[in-house]
This record gives sequence, C-alpha cells and structure tokens, in this order.
Amino acid sequence: MLTIVVLISCTFVGIGLLLNLWRLLKGPSVLDRVLALDTMYINSIALIVLLGLYFGSPLYFEGALLIAMLGFVSTAALCKYLVRGDLIE
Amino acid sequence: MSLFVEWLVIILLLLGAFFLMVGSIGLAKLPDFYTRLHAPTKASTLGIGAVLIASTLFFSVNQEGISVKELVITLFLFITAPITAHMMGKAAMHKEKKAIERTRNLHLQEPARNRQPPE
Repeated sequence: MLTIVVLISCTFVGIGLLLNLWRLLKGPSVLDRVLALDTMYINSIALIVLLGLYFGSPLYFEGALLIAMLGFVSTAALCKYLVRGDLIE
Repeated sequence: MSLFVEWLVIILLLLGAFFLMVGSIGLAKLPDFYTRLHAPTKASTLGIGAVLIASTLFFSVNQEGISVKELVITLFLFITAPITAHMMGKAAMHKEKKAIERTRNLHLQEPARNRQPPE
C-alpha cells in the first residue's frame, strides 16, 4: 500500500518538475527563471525523500540536506547579482 | 508498523505531493511575476513540510530512536523559503517589473523602490 502511494506521489512531484521546467525554458524574464530553478530545487528534495521512503533507506537525507543548502545559496547569490550587478563589492 | 501510523504517513504523503503540484501549476499559470512568486513559496513549502514529516514518522517507527535529519531539513527550508522569496520580490521591484493592472496599492511601489537606507 505504501509503495503504491509513494509511486503516486512521485508522479505528482514529477508533473510539478515538468511544469517548472516549462517555466524555466519559457520564462519571460531572468527572475522567472530563477524562481523556477528554486522551485525545482524544492521539488527535487521531495523526490529524493520519496526515493528514500521507496527503498526504505535513511541514507538519502544527506543528499537532500546538501541540495537544500545549495538551492538557498545559489538563489541568494543570483538575486544579489541581479540587484547589485556584483556579488562581492 | 501499526496501521494507524501507516495511514497517517499515506495521508501526509498524498497531501504533500498534491500541494507541491499545486505550487508548480501556479508557477506555470499565473499572469505576472509577483503573483507567480506566491505559488511556490507558500504551497510548495507546505508540501515539502508534509512530505518530510511523513518521512520522519516512517523512519522513527521503523527504526530505533527518533530520526532527526528530516526535521533539520524541514527547519532549514522553513527558514530559507521566506528569505529567498523576499530577495526575489525585492530584485523584481528594483528591476521595475510591471505588475498586472488590478494589483492593489500599486501606487506604493514607487516610494518603496526609492526608499533610502538609514544613515
């Protein structure tokens, strides 16, 4: 039962990732693409956690934590660059 | 694993996946950047929180001891999601991106953009 539910949730998250990819490719401005990339980070964390549930192994959380930190740092750096035109002044 | 915990995990997983998809649909469909900012920062945060709590429950019951790593991820995401949303909104405001016509209090955008930092 839990396996089927995990697969259904993976389908939902995968549809979300495809929609984000569409916004990333189409997005009229740079900031739309940054926002789409940030959402893709969050959806990939969910996908990795679901993979850990599917295999029943707690080894995947280090990867999820790493992706969460990378997502925050990259989004903050991109926003700073877009506002100031420079990262370290 | 008891039946009650299994159903709780199932409900939380379905809720989380549904809200993650709602956030992505909002990101794809809404009309301008400021409205698009709402969908992933609220709905996706709720979705990822539900998925991570389901995972915490599953691994806490299946193995000995409480599993804390998911809670760390949840805490980190709940702290950083508003910060990134605020930074992106501010970047959009400084880039003078157009909001749609029926945005409320649209006249407040100009003074907010011209505000100077305190001396």
